[in-house]
Parts: sequence; structure tokens; C-alpha cells
Amino acid sequence: MARTLTGLSRGETATIASVSGDDAIALRILEMGLTDGEEVTFLGSAPLGDPLEFSVRGYRISLRAAEAERVRLTTEEVRSENGSSEKWE
Amino acid sequence: MSLATPTPPIATERLNVALIGNPNTGKSTLFNALAGMQARVGNYPGVTVEKKLGHFRHGKQSVTLIDLPGTYSLSPRTPDEMVSVDVLLGRQSDVPRLDAVVCIIDASNLERNLYLFGQVRELGLPTVLVLNMTDVAAARGVSIDVPKLSERLGVPVVAMQAHRRKGLAELKEAIRDVAKSKAAPAVRVLPEVFYLEADALGKWLAGRLGESPPPYLRERLLLDVGGQTEQVFLKKVGPELASQLSEARRRLAEAGCRLPSAEPIARYRWAKERLDGVLTRSSTESATASDRIDRIVTNRAFGPVIFAAVMALIFISVYSLAAPLMDFVESGQEAVAGFVSGSLQPGPLRSLLVDGVIAGVGGVLIFLPQIAMLFLFIAILEDCGYMARAAFVMDKLMTRLGLSGKSFVPLMSSFACAIPGVMATRVIENTRDRMVTILIAPLMSCSARLPVYTLLIALFIPASQPVKQGLVLFAMYSLGVLVAIPIAWILKRTWFKGEPPPFVMELPGYKIPGLRNVAFRVYDRSKAFVTRAGTLIFATSVLVWAAGYFPGDRAKLHAVEAEIESLEGQANPSKERLEELSEQQNLLAGSLIEQSFLGRAGHAIEPVVKPLGWDWRIGIGALASFPAREVIVATLGTIYSLGGDVNEESDTLKDALRDARWPDGRRIYTVPVALSVMVFFALCAQCAATLMVIRRETNSWFWPAFTFTYMTVLAYVGAFATYQIGTLIVRNM
Repeated sequence: MARTLTGLSRGETATIASVSGDDAIALRILEMGLTDGEEVTFLGSAPLGDPLEFSVRGYRISLRAAEAERVRLTTEEVRSENGSSEKWE
Repeated sequence: MSLATPTPPIATERLNVALIGNPNTGKSTLFNALAGMQARVGNYPGVTVEKKLGHFRHGKQSVTLIDLPGTYSLSPRTPDEMVSVDVLLGRQSDVPRLDAVVCIIDASNLERNLYLFGQVRELGLPTVLVLNMTDVAAARGVSIDVPKLSERLGVPVVAMQAHRRKGLAELKEAIRDVAKSKAAPAVRVLPEVFYLEADALGKWLAGRLGESPPPYLRERLLLDVGGQTEQVFLKKVGPELASQLSEARRRLAEAGCRLPSAEPIARYRWAKERLDGVLTRSSTESATASDRIDRIVTNRAFGPVIFAAVMALIFISVYSLAAPLMDFVESGQEAVAGFVSGSLQPGPLRSLLVDGVIAGVGGVLIFLPQIAMLFLFIAILEDCGYMARAAFVMDKLMTRLGLSGKSFVPLMSSFACAIPGVMATRVIENTRDRMVTILIAPLMSCSARLPVYTLLIALFIPASQPVKQGLVLFAMYSLGVLVAIPIAWILKRTWFKGEPPPFVMELPGYKIPGLRNVAFRVYDRSKAFVTRAGTLIFATSVLVWAAGYFPGDRAKLHAVEAEIESLEGQANPSKERLEELSEQQNLLAGSLIEQSFLGRAGHAIEPVVKPLGWDWRIGIGALASFPAREVIVATLGTIYSLGGDVNEESDTLKDALRDARWPDGRRIYTVPVALSVMVFFALCAQCAATLMVIRRETNSWFWPAFTFTYMTVLAYVGAFATYQIGTLIVRNM
């Protein structure tokens, strides 16, 4: 199984491989900047465990677990950082 | 940034300019800063999108500003989203063709915001880019080379702080200049093969329709699989279009241009290239302040506690802070009524003014303090960024109802008053979710139900048992919620069936709310409430007044009233005579209302309300309180021969209700009857102002009619079940 955004632990940063599906939700996820090659950091989840909060392209975004599940990650080793980090390139 | 125009053009034709931007970019703040208080608000035909036009002048140039709804992209998926595209392309018949477009973006979130800007740049319109919140960006260590950005993007860029009105003059200047210039060539970010396909599609469509759609729509047709553009053209052209599209998309995929991901990838690559060397970050340190707040606010333990505390604070404030203001409105109303009564002889005119107009308008204005207070809190929460977190925290619970976290705050607000609640649903961009939220919002027990509850609870639970009273009150408040759950569930599975909307949204950074912005929103919403809802409730009040006034010979009543007034004017009036007269007055008023159209209607509907345990008086009370539920208190007062001037605290009304009997001598207000009346008023839609707001927000008469019907049916069935079951229990006790 490919890793997805739901598999990240808090504070972990990973690189997006692709977004699965071609429906409106997939398009929305892509439009919000979760495109191939982009780095995402998992910041935490809502009190009931869903939705989840991530940092991407220098801003914070919320995704439900079902939506985060669609975002596949590259298999390359990810860096784990404490707290939040924002990547600008 | 602007190029100096040496002599302002003498031609002063009005310019039409649209304003577009992502949510949370300060777009409405900018609109208000430009157009001020002169906005005209309406609806676009057939959709629920608010149409907001404003005007401003710059020198001799007058400009019409068209506010478009906040959006992350211009890829229309619904008829509502199509409106923005149609306005921008000059295809919306009720909006003039645009001379320019202003795209506002959040300087601290430049990269993602440029996505929408890139799409706007494909429209071929003269464009100005507003770089807003440059102060926030600077605080986060983001510095932007504005002239360089302007050069890279090929459009004028104005750096602004809209909430401080900084940069307004430059923006006005830029709008005027850009509107008179030619548009910069459209930005093309996708691979060439895509544009070739789009042109071929255009030619094919031209063969069918006689003309080719504008380039932007041709592109959207290919890009948005199953999107709104596709729906629109399928209807126009027919099913052959579907095969044309899928073939073209297949060819594109073979050429390495896979949809839908090709567009976002290309646009973000474009955005990154534009920003390279333009945007620099000095540090990432200050950005983490928002993250730290977030970790606490969404913490498993503290999150819900903070959330509950914020909501509780709002409600306590709405009730406690608004109360003195409401008393103020009430005493103002009494003063005006007193003045009119004092200056007019008893008669139809005085009754119309006092019992119809002043009572009716006062009945609306009394809620203004609460509504303004609620909007104040909503505006503060929205502005500081907590609103998005409230939706985030509550989303999981709300998805169980088939709704999303965004519905929570509107529903919560409806406990104070459904009107701000319905208006607050504008934050829900999914039309289906928004509609369901609007339709269940009036089920939340609003403050207008409180007078009804307190009066009836006091009837059968003595004041010495406040806990018991409180429990019944709590049960009444819970009832609305418990009923709303299945209603939402049913609506989401029938009328508003569809994929659950994604919860893919920005969690904006926290910031100190802008005073001007908050004040403006409170003013704007309060004004909308007073003018729109006020006019209808006013008309309905007059109608109900007329039905209760005519026909009837009031000569005797007027004589008695005149005598009372002259007695009261005396230095030492006889108390006995006064009491005797006021009893006469009450008796006369009571018999007059029984003879009136309203009274006759009450008798006519008695068979209908009898299964609820009601007599004709409660029946017409319910009828007459159509404009506003709390009117029932005053109507019951009038009918029970007390005259119109009673409130729920008046012991005499309570006594009168306790003593009210059926012709056979049984008491009318037994526990099951009181409960049945309360359940009815908890579930009914007796509020003309709410129905008017629903009409406005849904842009249709059908939905207020639907709301009224379903809630009245629920109320009737609920009251019937309460009375019948209650009677059974009482009998077997």
C-alpha cells in the first residue's frame, strides 16, 4: 500500500506523489495546491480525530481523513521535525 | 505603481468593475472601503448567489463595483459558481459588460492565491492585482518586491491594507487607468497541445451553435470533467458533445496532459516561477504563533472546552447585553404608543396606529439588539479566524447529520434568532448543505419562543420550583434539535441528495479583528434585517390587526376608553370607578374580538384545534401570531378580556388562563394542553421575518412556503401527540 497523508505522524513532512481520482473533490484538493512534488506537514487533528490540519505552500489547510487518504506520498525517506515547519522554495 | 495620467479624461462614462478573490483575503473589507454604505444587494435570477453592486467616484470618473463571491478557483461546478464566470465574460444579462476586474489576494498566502489570479488572467480583461494584508505578510517575515511582481505578472499591482484603508487612492487610480487601457494578453499556462484541442472544440461548437463560445469556456469544457460548463453546453448541443469531450480528453492524456491534474500542476508551476526572486522569507518564526494557538484550540481536551466556553460566552452576552437594549426599544415603543394615544381620540385610526403599526414594528425592532449582538460576535469570530476552527472542531459531529462543520455556527446562532442564523449560512459554499441548514435553522428554539414558554410553564409549575421549570424549558429547547436531526437526515437523502461536500478549506491565520470591518458588518446585516423583514412583518401586522378589529361596533368601547382617560387625567380619580370601567373595557374588547373576522375564523377552526386540546381562543391566538410567535401572548391577553397590554409576567393573564374553562366547566389549561401549546410553538414557523429572510437567501418563494408547511405540519402532529399522550398519562395516574 502506498503511503497517504493519513499515515503521517504529527510534525512529519512528506512529499506528494499524486492525488487519486478525477472527481470534484480530487480537483479541489489539487486546486488548493496539493500537487505532485509539493511538501506537506501534518500539524494535528480536530478533537474528535477528524478533520486533519496540514501545512502546504505556506498556509494551513484542513482535510477530512477520507480526503487526505486520496493524497499519495512518495516513498522516499521523510524528515521528521518537531512542531511546525514551513517550506518555501 | 500607477502610470501618471497627466490630464484626467473628460469623458466620464461609468466604468463597470468586478471584484474577485479567495475567501479570507479581505474582499468584503475592500468592497466596503471602496463603495461604502451605498451597496445595492439583490439576487441573480435562479440561483442563491448574492448580487452586490456598489458605486464610487474617482475624480470625475464614476465606477460601478460588482462584488463576486469569494472562491478558490474559477472552475464552475454548480450553477451558483457559474454566475461569477458569466459575469466576468459579460454573459450575465442583468450585469453590464465589465471594463476591468480587480483580483484581491492575501499577500501572506501569495502562491495559492495566484491560482485564481492565473485563471482571471485567461479571461482577457484588463486586470488590477490587489496585494492585501501586506502588514500580516510583513509580520510573518514575507517580503514582496511589488514592482518586480507587477512586471512579472503584466498587470498593475497595488499593495494595500484594506482594513486601514491604506492604498485606496492608488487602487482607484489603477482601476481607472487599467480600464482605459487594453488588456494584457491572456496568460496561457497549459501545454500548447491543450490549446489546440480547445480551439478544435471551439470550431466544432461553432458548427453546431453558429458561434464559438469564448476561449475561457472552451478551456473549461475540456478541463472540468462533469463540471457546470459541460452541463450547460450538453443542454445546448446535445449528447454528441460528451463523446467529443471524452475523445479530446483521451487524446490529451496520451499527449501527457492528464486531466484534471494538468491544470493545477501547470498553474502552480507558473505561480512559483512568477514568485521566484520576488518573494523572500526572512524567518519562519513568527508564523508559528498561529500554529501554537491552533494546537491549543484544537487540542483533544482543551479544544472542546474552549469551544463550549466561546459559545456559552456568546449566548450569555446575547441575552444579558441585549436585554437592556431590548427594554429600551420596548419603552421607546410604549412612549410612542402613549404619545399617539394621548393625541388621538379612541377610534379606528388610533387603534391602527397603536395596535397595528406601532405594535407590529415594535415587535420587529425588539429583536434588533439581539440580532446586532449576534452579528457582532459572528463578525469578530470570522475576522479573528476562530470561525474556521469552530467548523473544524465540530465537523465530525455534523457529518453524522450529513452536514459539515460549517453548518454549526449558523445553527447555533439560530438559538438566539433564526434570522442571523439563516444569513450566516452564506459561509457554506455547498448549495445543498446551505439549503438544508437554512431549512432546519428555524427549528432551533429562538428567543421569541421564550415568552411563550415562560408564560405556559408558569401556568402549571409554581415559581417555587425553579429547577422543574428549568427542566421543562430545557426540554423545549432540546425538542427543536431532536426534531432537526431526522429532518436534516431526510432532506439530505431526498431533495438535497449528493456527494458530501469536501472539507478542503483554508484555516486562516489568527489576527486581531478590524474594528471598522466588524462594525460595518453589524450595521449592514442589521439594516438588511430591518428594511427587508420589517416591511413584510409590518404589512402582516396591519392585516392581523384589521382582521381582529373589523367588523364590530366600537362606540361603547370608545366611550368607556374616553371615560377612563378623562378619569386618569383627574387629580384624584375614584379607584372603584376606574376598576369598574376597566373591567367593562376588557369585557367589551373580548366580545368584540369574538365577533371580529379573526374571532369568527377562530370558531371556524375550532374543530381543527380541538384534537390538540385547544379552544377557539388558543386557535385564533395561533392564527394571529403568524407574523411573530410572541404575539400569542398579547393576543391571548386581548381575548381573555384583558385588553392588549399584557406580557408573560403579568399575573392577571396567568390567573385568567388558569381560570379559563370550557362551557362544561372543565379547566382549559391542563398540563397536557399547556405542553401541547408549547410543543406547537416550539416547532411551528410562526415568524414572517424568518420566512422573508429564507425567501431572500434562497431567492425563491417555494422554500419559505415549504418551511412554513413542513414546520406547521410538524407542530400540529407534535401538539396532537403531546396532548393525546399527555391526557392518557394524566388519566391513568
